[in-house]
Amino acid sequence: MLKKFDKKDEESGGGSNPFQHLEKSAVLQEARVFNETPINPRKCAHILTKILYLINQGEHLGTTEATEAFFAMTKLFQSNDPTLRRMCYLTIKEMSCIAEDVIIVTSSLTKDMTGKEDSYRGPAVRALCQITDSTMLQAIERYMKQAIVDKVPSVSSSALVSSLHLLKCSFDVVKRWVNEAQEAASSDNIMVQYHALGLLYHVRKNDRLAVSKMISKFTRHGLKSPFAYCMMIRVASRQLEEEDGSRDSPLFDFIESCLRNKHEMVVYEAASAIVNLPGCSAKELAPAVSVLQLFCSSPKAALRYAAVRTLNKVAMKHPSAVTACNLDLENLVTDSNRSIATLAITTLLKTGSEGSIDRLMKQISSFMSEISDEFKVVVVQAISALCQKYPRKHAVLMSFLFSMLREEGGFEYKRAIVDCIISIIEENSESKETGLSHLCEFIEDCEFTVLATRILHLLGQEGPKTNNPSKYIRFIYNRVVLEHEEVRAGAVSALAKFGAQNEEMLPSILVLLKRRTLCSGHRCVMDDDNEVRDRATFYLSVLEQKQKALNAGYILNGLTVSIPGLERALQQYTLEPSEKPFDLKSVPLATTPMAEQRTESTPITAAKQPEKVAATRQEIFQEQLAAVPEFQGLGPLFKSSPEPVALTESETEYVIRCTKHTFPEHMVFQFDCTNTLNDQTLENVTVQMEPTEAYEVLCYVPARSLPYNQPGTCYTLVALPKEDPTAVGCTFSCMMKFTVKDCDPTTGETDDEGYEDEYVLEDLEVTIADHIQKVMKLNFEAAWDEVGDEFEKEETFTLSTIKTLEEAVGNIVKFLGMHPCERSDRVPDNKNTHTLLLAGVFRGGHDILVRSRLLLLDTVTMQVTARSSEELPVDIVLASVG
Amino acid sequence: MEALILEPSLYTVKAILILDNDGDRLFAKYYDDTYPSVKEQKAFEKNIFNKTHRTDSEIALLEGLTVVYKSSIDLYFYVIGSSYENELMLMAVLNCLFDSLSQMLRKNVEKRALLENMEGLFLAVDEIVDGGVILESDPQQVVHRVALRGEDVPLTEQTVSQVLQSAKEQIKWSLLR
Repeated sequence: MLKKFDKKDEESGGGSNPFQHLEKSAVLQEARVFNETPINPRKCAHILTKILYLINQGEHLGTTEATEAFFAMTKLFQSNDPTLRRMCYLTIKEMSCIAEDVIIVTSSLTKDMTGKEDSYRGPAVRALCQITDSTMLQAIERYMKQAIVDKVPSVSSSALVSSLHLLKCSFDVVKRWVNEAQEAASSDNIMVQYHALGLLYHVRKNDRLAVSKMISKFTRHGLKSPFAYCMMIRVASRQLEEEDGSRDSPLFDFIESCLRNKHEMVVYEAASAIVNLPGCSAKELAPAVSVLQLFCSSPKAALRYAAVRTLNKVAMKHPSAVTACNLDLENLVTDSNRSIATLAITTLLKTGSEGSIDRLMKQISSFMSEISDEFKVVVVQAISALCQKYPRKHAVLMSFLFSMLREEGGFEYKRAIVDCIISIIEENSESKETGLSHLCEFIEDCEFTVLATRILHLLGQEGPKTNNPSKYIRFIYNRVVLEHEEVRAGAVSALAKFGAQNEEMLPSILVLLKRRTLCSGHRCVMDDDNEVRDRATFYLSVLEQKQKALNAGYILNGLTVSIPGLERALQQYTLEPSEKPFDLKSVPLATTPMAEQRTESTPITAAKQPEKVAATRQEIFQEQLAAVPEFQGLGPLFKSSPEPVALTESETEYVIRCTKHTFPEHMVFQFDCTNTLNDQTLENVTVQMEPTEAYEVLCYVPARSLPYNQPGTCYTLVALPKEDPTAVGCTFSCMMKFTVKDCDPTTGETDDEGYEDEYVLEDLEVTIADHIQKVMKLNFEAAWDEVGDEFEKEETFTLSTIKTLEEAVGNIVKFLGMHPCERSDRVPDNKNTHTLLLAGVFRGGHDILVRSRLLLLDTVTMQVTARSSEELPVDIVLASVG
Repeated sequence: MEALILEPSLYTVKAILILDNDGDRLFAKYYDDTYPSVKEQKAFEKNIFNKTHRTDSEIALLEGLTVVYKSSIDLYFYVIGSSYENELMLMAVLNCLFDSLSQMLRKNVEKRALLENMEGLFLAVDEIVDGGVILESDPQQVVHRVALRGEDVPLTEQTVSQVLQSAKEQIKWSLLR
């Protein structure tokens, strides 16, 4: 082989790479040699190698030049040199998607695939399937079936794997080959068995019964291939998950038995499958954890890595299950593979005691710079979890986080750190000042806009409340001067918040803001971005009024409406010209306050999705309700109850769930009904309601027909009490009325005759919470002043059944359905007084604020003060609490 | 972290890479669209090389992917799979690739020898992984199937093993008959 390179090649190669300076055009020129007779196999093979090397380096081949070379190559099939032939197969595969008319080699490949030369047959099958599309497949189907059951393993494997690839575009043809695949699955060759099982599963994966049969058949006899075992473990655990049934299942027994397999690969796969099963108990985990523990001391790095990574997963949910491995994990802390060491430490941080934290943190900081961002995030998550577990360790952990913040790192990593610091600041007020000043330092040199604006927002919110707010101004104003638009805008908003809350600083803030606006002074630095200038102008004019109520309404507490709702309402308003000014109260409120959704204990990545769903849910309801003619003219939908209430037990004949929709003067009850009897069809279904208070039932909208297992919806519309508007709390007794028609469960044919029937449902409660929408006020005090004391009322109650402040707070929040502000829902330990601050919007769009002072002696005494811009909401709140 | 049950699949390998000691690509085969363009691939290779060439720690997690690797003189071998993949399966592929080449290059696994046997490398990888599916994990089988031209390979351990192998096969089939 050495000799075949020209001298020229070696010299021009400069170093040791003879392929280094290959020119695409020169190589394609050389391909003309293919047309010469007799063929020089060695030379031609080398040219093909060069072409493949070029493609491999990412060189782009045009269609014409590729097709030309491809056609020249087809001549090489005349030679019987094995290496040359094999290189041809490879070239065909590589060029199949670049060159045109590649199917021209079909017959040559078919010949090789069925020929005598075994070493050609496997690769020929693979090349053939690569160039065959679904229309051509029928033509070679016969050969494929033969190849699958061929006695030469490489042919059989090649045919099976190629079939698997073909499934994507020709499922229906390949499906017909299952009998052959079945036969191959009992082959003695380990790879053939693996490939056959894989193909069988992919063909049958939507047929649960067939998959079950397949598992039981192959697990009973045992398998030869460790790869096949891994595959079957995955199939079994997926099946288990879908069944989400008991662990008594033979599937679980199979997985567990694989823990005793002689191949480490299989043992690990089984352990990992058990760990990943949802809702696994500590007892079921134990055998998996103990094999992982053994792996921790393996000489193979990959095995140690796999084991400690899986243990880390276990530790997130069941830290106690992993404590047995602490000693083995300690040994891995100094592992030369930093990934293993990091995983070991973060696992220990989860399972270890408070005393070991300092040591572990020191250990990890020694090699933090050597590990990849992915693992740094893992470390930050571990720290975040620790902060919640051991509040006393904040100081150590904070200083560690800050040193990490100063180092290089990508966005995800930095965001994880900032998230973690912010949550520490929120949890614990002593760390606030140090935390804020470190964050200030961070934004001085922060390349990530999202993080900078987020920190500026936090500074605006928390900074003014600190002892020395003026020290933050310099940092914020630096951003206004140095950064690009988005950050500048955020900084301007933060400045305005300082101005709104601190009179001493107001004059200087006004000066700073003026510099950003259109102004007449000769030294003005007008901002060239519209958004920044608009914000500055807006804040400036609000601040110059020097009215607390304005500050509160327009600077400190932002809009509470839902943004898509506002957009839609405004568009509607512009479409229908009207004399009346636009009424912001007609816009639906944001269902969940976006700003401060705290992802409790689940660190970072998790649980962002549901919020968005909740925000759109009310809009879906609004559209559905607007489509019912009876509900025209009810006005905008104010609130839909967050969770449907079940009015039946889950296992009864009919399943009824109710969602409450509140309108300005009406309520609509939506009943989602499911009929679980397969021999009945219900028609004309309504839910009759009897109120205890002065509510008035206006009409019923029936569900026309309710066949077996197809959900349907009926509605009941009621008017709110007019005479005594404070009586909003009410219990409705509910009764479902319908016409039953018997039907044949197998054919679905329904009798013509039906009979009337009734079904008693559980009572439905309407409480004050249905009339109040939660709203987040970032600055409660400002909002409190803004509303003013015109309609303030105060009363004192004794809560005789409640023994702790936490319980009292929880009950009040749940009962009133209002949003706790400034984290006043968290009661500090060892205190016997607490003030709970709640904010909401009452039906009709009036803010309602409640301050409730709690005193714990033997029982809890509560003083409730409510304020609103109207009298009614205040009365209702106090009446309902009493 | 979400409990994640793997979709059972034979598609195990996302890429096989061989880089030289400057981090330049000698061989690269990507089996899915994780890195669709050459530019992204090269960036990934650069990142991988920077993170791994100084340590010989065998396994790492990079850009959300599990990377198992091995170096020999001036060559770096990488096998890449999803971070949920069984690490030992990826390791089996890496070992098979390395051992096959080691046999084919007569234990002389270095850049120059590899470049002189580029076609052997192409053929070997083709026998080990097909479109992301592990085709063969036994280096003996791979070397046997690649079966480089007889005259190039003097009577060494390779031909011996080859002869043994085919003898074994024949005996097996004659017994089965």
